[in-house]
Amino acid sequence: MSKRIEDFTIKENRRLNNDLFILELSGNSYFPSLKPGQFVQIKVEGSPETFLRRPISIHDVDYERNTLKLLIQIAGKGTEKLSNLEKGETLNIIYPLGNSFSLPAENSQVLLIGGGCGVAPLMFLGKHLKSKGFKPEILLGFRNSDRIIEYDEYAGIGPVYLTTEDGSKGEKGFITDHPVLKDRHYDHICCCGPESMMKAVAGYCFKHDITCEISLEHLMACGFGVCLCCVVNTVNGNLCTCVDGPVFNIKELKW
Amino acid sequence: MVNLGVSIGNLKFKNPVITASGTFGYGSEFDDFIDVSRLGGIILKGTTMEPREGNSYPRMAETPSGMLNAVGLQNKGIDYFEKNIYPVISGYNTNVVVNINGSYVEDYIALAERVNKMEKIPAIELNISCPNVKMGGMAFGTDPDSAREVIKAARAVYTKVLIVKLSPNVTNIVDFARIAEEEGADSVSLINTLLGMAVDIKAMKPSLSTITGGLSGPAVKPVALRMVWQVAKAVKIPVIGIGGIMSAKDAIEFLLAGASAIQVGTASFIDPRISITILEGISKYLADKGFSDIKEIIGLINR
Repeated sequence: MSKRIEDFTIKENRRLNNDLFILELSGNSYFPSLKPGQFVQIKVEGSPETFLRRPISIHDVDYERNTLKLLIQIAGKGTEKLSNLEKGETLNIIYPLGNSFSLPAENSQVLLIGGGCGVAPLMFLGKHLKSKGFKPEILLGFRNSDRIIEYDEYAGIGPVYLTTEDGSKGEKGFITDHPVLKDRHYDHICCCGPESMMKAVAGYCFKHDITCEISLEHLMACGFGVCLCCVVNTVNGNLCTCVDGPVFNIKELKW
Repeated sequence: MVNLGVSIGNLKFKNPVITASGTFGYGSEFDDFIDVSRLGGIILKGTTMEPREGNSYPRMAETPSGMLNAVGLQNKGIDYFEKNIYPVISGYNTNVVVNINGSYVEDYIALAERVNKMEKIPAIELNISCPNVKMGGMAFGTDPDSAREVIKAARAVYTKVLIVKLSPNVTNIVDFARIAEEEGADSVSLINTLLGMAVDIKAMKPSLSTITGGLSGPAVKPVALRMVWQVAKAVKIPVIGIGGIMSAKDAIEFLLAGASAIQVGTASFIDPRISITILEGISKYLADKGFSDIKEIIGLINR
């Protein structure tokens, strides 16, 4: 699939809480086919401190309206600048980048696990899997009830199980503590979130022999396989998170 | 029509815009964005005899107007290159240059001999300036005797155009350019990255796994330009200017200071079309200024 470099127009910049926001971007040409797990590289203008592009995973796609949604956490100067953009402003984007979550085997019972801002690619993935006839269930973990985002949207895809670290909503504790992992059987788990959480999920999947794909977030310069900065050590040597990932089967990783 | 052609040794480049090693992969990564064959040349990523995994992650840190990298010459080795990459890049209608690296002088000799036999490769860039490997690399390019030894050895076996890529991490880069010229190099390219570092104050540890890395991007441009200007005045062989070139304006500064050609590096990470944008910008500048040949402006400020 060919990569493009294009200007997008901001349709909406919606704040979800103090550090998460959703940018809805309108493309100026029709999208190529986009796949869940893929990301875009955004140019952040106007400061020597935001020299490189920012890689952000695709949160949702609307082909009819020709819009993309990006769920972004303010983590530094670049994302802070993005959080202040207003409707009508333009952003230069390279897309689509990276591989994607693979389609589970037929009749698989699928669970999507997301933590914090790591839920970002799961919206697109969940809708995609549903359209392909799967009945994905969703397990989300947040620090506390104030951090929960887009619960209703996820509930529209399938049953949602919740954990919060302080127990203010859902089960108390970490994602891997949720009883649904004991009570129900899953064949295929897709996971995105903090690396410690993904490692815990990977440990669970290894133990129960469940197919598991995770989406990695690594520092990147180019995003298209040239700079070799975003590598992850795998059973096949150092691979680029940007072109060989960001989605990896846990069996590829040295976790 | 402006004549944009330049020569490095006996090799003709259709224009002075070349892409820098390590920032352009093997060219095909850019096929979605530009017609690579329009470029004067492309320099492929650093190649070694044996496959190398490079350094551990994290290997990159963004810094104001630039970035540090410590990739450490990750590549699949010359055998893989010859079998899998060479047949593909042979299709480009531009000068494809291989950047060669080693831990020992023998590695450079063996690589130079191998690449000499590759018909579609008209030149090599001898990398004696990589700051991110434990052995060889910059060690050759920061000691005059070692530099002389490795350049002499490569020249003895390599019959085509030999470009020596110089390190800026020396007291006087002109000395190394003179050594390259004396030992029969056709050209020098400069600068490789400047040794630098960054600290992650949140984690309270170095940002790179190797602690130090190579600084590139517009942050290094004034230093690079100064060094290119010094070297161009001191040697007769053509100089290829590298360092933070982000625009046609930057490239033209290097040409005016004495560079016969330029390499676009880090800029391609941010805009994969930038090398062509720079090429078009140089052409327009020359036309607007009323020049008919790019050679008229090379080193103009030194005349």
